[in-house]
Formats: sequence, structure tokens, C-alpha cells
Amino acid sequence: MEYILHILILIGIYVILAESLNLIVGYTGLLSIAHAAFYGVGAYVAAIMALKVGSPFLLNTICAVVISGLLGGLVGIPSLRIKDHYFVIATFAFQIIAFSILNNWVSFTGGPMGLPGIPQPSIFGWVISSHIEFLLLVSVFATLTFWICQRIISSPFGRVLTAIREDEVFALAAGKNVALYKVAVFAIGSGMAAIAGALYAHYISFIDPTSFTVMESIFIISIVIIGGAGSLWGPIIGAVLLVILPEVLRFVGMPSSIAANMRQILYGGLLVAFMMWRPQGLIGKYGFKLEDTKK
Amino acid sequence: MSSWLEIDNLNKHFNGVKALVDFSCSLEKGKILGLVGPNGAGKTTLFNVLTGFIPSESGSISFCGIDLHNKPAHRIANLGVARTFQDLRLIRQITILENVLLSFRNQPGENLANTFFRASKTKKVEVENKDIACSVLEKAGLAEKINVLASDLSYGQQKLLSLVCCLVSEADLLLLDEPVAGIAPAMIEQILSILIDLPKQGRSVIIIEHNMEAVTQVCDHVIFMDAGEKICEGTPTEVHNDPRVIEAYLD
Repeated sequence: MEYILHILILIGIYVILAESLNLIVGYTGLLSIAHAAFYGVGAYVAAIMALKVGSPFLLNTICAVVISGLLGGLVGIPSLRIKDHYFVIATFAFQIIAFSILNNWVSFTGGPMGLPGIPQPSIFGWVISSHIEFLLLVSVFATLTFWICQRIISSPFGRVLTAIREDEVFALAAGKNVALYKVAVFAIGSGMAAIAGALYAHYISFIDPTSFTVMESIFIISIVIIGGAGSLWGPIIGAVLLVILPEVLRFVGMPSSIAANMRQILYGGLLVAFMMWRPQGLIGKYGFKLEDTKK
Repeated sequence: MSSWLEIDNLNKHFNGVKALVDFSCSLEKGKILGLVGPNGAGKTTLFNVLTGFIPSESGSISFCGIDLHNKPAHRIANLGVARTFQDLRLIRQITILENVLLSFRNQPGENLANTFFRASKTKKVEVENKDIACSVLEKAGLAEKINVLASDLSYGQQKLLSLVCCLVSEADLLLLDEPVAGIAPAMIEQILSILIDLPKQGRSVIIIEHNMEAVTQVCDHVIFMDAGEKICEGTPTEVHNDPRVIEAYLD
């Protein structure tokens, strides 16, 4: 039972990550491979506050969101000057920098040893200790994230995001400050990724930099693309599928050492297959594409 | 006393190719100006410079007393300059209604704080905009298509839609790049009838168009350009009969 709850909690965390990345990648068309870095920033801010200041969970989460959001805005700024593949490389650079800092600033982040003993979250005296309570907490935050994304997408702001993805020149000619929208959406997406980070840190109670590598970013991108970039339900379907898939491998009796490698091959293969034959993902409408492929 | 729109000595080169050479012209409120000339004469470059999509090397542009020179494109658009593109830019993956809604300026809902904290006001403006959009689309004869994706429209209808997008922006100056090129005669009539109405609303238009018949029909004034220079200007008939124009077109 705990095992199933654990899987559900992970799905919830990945739904938050994928929905927030979907705003950036799916709706605005900016391919970022730095999402795990913002996830990590969120986790580390929450963990360090909980361990060193002893502040409550909700405050930690809010600070994580704000710091990660500001950083996101900062990383979004290059997107005003550079485009397409170059922007992807810029986000990749940020991902590498973030990992190096987490890995090497030993006195602050614990370096490769990580941060153990992150306390269980408590909200106004309610200590969340069991899996079922944690699932409830994650569900609340995942629903909140979903609701925020839904509001953004259905608003005139979201309409401009779609316009930027499809044709930046048209958006400019219609008087939209494209640069500002890009920075804003990057900050919002990064801030929401920090929610997932804070939840993860408090749930696992131990974090180290290996949870927030490029591989993790690519995993989140896979969820978005396979589920359906630019659709609201796509990332949820993608998260359910990609979190459960490796567990299935475990049940077909594959030894865990092989299963771990199989996972990587499977994700890579799926990603390639989807990009080739179903770029719009399982339920997406638009299909993921970089700017140079569109007219 | 400077005019409503005053363009002075604009210069623009592309790797040695002269696109605009000391180009000057002016336009009054409520007038339609036609720009004609062979391909590569610098007509579209003039539009791109006017709307801030490419910077010019020298010169000045003043619109209602505001200096537009080298201002960012979105800011110029918000000052009341709308344009269409020769290669027809629309957001093809969203519906016609959404394309039109996108074109309204200064929407409160485009500020995220309003979406979350002043939802009722945002919604009210959105509903009003929708009404305006529907009535403009109806006048343009696109009423039945409002929920169709823009990519599913015919070429002529897409041109019409991009014109409608300019109309709802409440821009005072419309820059239309070949609004009737390559479309059916019936649709041309429809577009021209919309254009003829614009001066009555106090709006001005600059049209790039090769179809001399259409230009003669709607323009008050025509400028003939070649190699970035203004060759001659006058009423449509004057320009049409100018020996330099005939020579340039026969070249």
C-alpha cells in the first residue's frame, strides 16, 4: 500500500514540474532544459531553511518559489536576445552551473553528501508524517498548480503566449511586449517548479545534487512532450505514464541493475519515437516544434 | 507646422543594396496614400522601418508629434500604428475570433495580476471585445467562420482577417502590404469597400499595391518608388501617366 502511495506522490510532484514546464515549452515555445535546476533550487531553499532556520513548511515553500522565480526571470532574459537552439544551450549552461554550485558549495549545500534529516512538514500544527497525509498535501499543491496554469492559459495573457509560440512578429505588430511575456512566463514556470522541489525535499527528507541533473530536466521534458505539449491534460497523462513505466519493468522480473539502464533507453526511445511520429504527444493539439520548422 | 505623419530623409542599406535613400513624405489624417513601384523598390522596407521592425540608419519619423524613430515595434504598435504583412502573418493554430481578440490593444487581461485579482473587470472587457470583434467580423463577411482555425481559411479570407485585426486595434494609421494581391475579384471589392470607409473614421492608410486599378480606386495620393528613392508623386492618374513611371515599369 505504501508503495502505491509513494508512486502516487511522485506522480503528483511530476505533474507540478511538467505543468510548469509546459507553460514555458508547450505554450510559449521556449525549450528549456534547466527545469531540474529550478526544481533543485526549490528543494535546496526549502531544505536549508528547514534545517538552518527551522522555519515552517509553508514559509519555506513561499521563499523557494520567490527565489526560484527571480532566478527564472534572470535566465529568461537571454531569451530576449537569443533564439531557438541558442536559447536551449543557454538554459543548458544554467543547468550545469546550478548543479556545480549545489555540488561544490559544501558548507551551504552539503555538496555531494547532500542534506539529510529534513524535517516532516507541519502546517499550522498539523504534522504530515504518513504517506496518505503526504499524498493529500501533494494533491493540494498539484491541483493548485493545475488551476493556476488553467487560469493563465485561458486568459488573454495565455493567448499572447500562444501567439508568441506561433509567430513572434505578429505578436509584436499587435503591440505585445514579447520580451516581457517571455521573462514573465519563465519566472512563473520556474517558481512553480520550486513548489515541487520543496515538496520533494520535505517528503524524501534527504536531498543531494544528483536528483537535479540534466537527466532530470530531460525526463521532465519527456513527460511534457509525450503527454502533449501545449495541452493542459497532456503533462498529467505524461507524468502518470512515465512514472509508472519503470515500475512495470520491475514487475516483469527484470533485475534492478538492468531495469535502471532500461529506463534510460526506454525514455530516450520513446522521446525519439514521439518526435518522429506523434510530435503533438498523446493528447496534444499543436505539436512541439522549434521556430525554424515553422513558417 | 509639421504634418500628422512626417517622414524625413530616411536611409537604409542592406549590404550595399539601397533600400531607402533620403526618403521623405508626409500624410494627413483621413487620407489614403498608395505606394507603388517595382519589386525591391524599398516599399516593404519603409513599412518595416516605420513600425520598428528594422532600424533605419538616419532620418526621422514623427507621428502625431511623437518621434517614432527606432522605437521598439510593440511600442509603435501601441501608439496607434497597425500593419499587415506581405507574407500574411496570422496565428494559424487558433481560431479567427482569437486572432481578432489578440489584436485589441491594452487589454487588462494581458496583465496576469488582473487575471487573478480583478477577474470581473478582465472578464467584462473580454466580453466587450468579443462583441466588437464579432460585429467587425460580421461586417467583413466572416461571421460564420469565427470558430474556424485561421489556417483553414482561404488565402483571400486570411488577407481579410489580417485587415480585420488592424481594424479592431483602433490604430489611426494602417500600413497594408499588398492587401488585394492574388485574391478573387469579389473579395477585392469587399476589401476596397472597407478601405474606402476608413478616412470617414478619421483614420489614415498607406497601401503597398501592384494592382493599379485598386490603387486608383481608393488612394487620394500616390508615391512611386524605385531603388529606395521617391521618383514622383501626385494623384493616382498623374502618377499613372508619368513618363518615369512608365519607363521604370517597362524596364
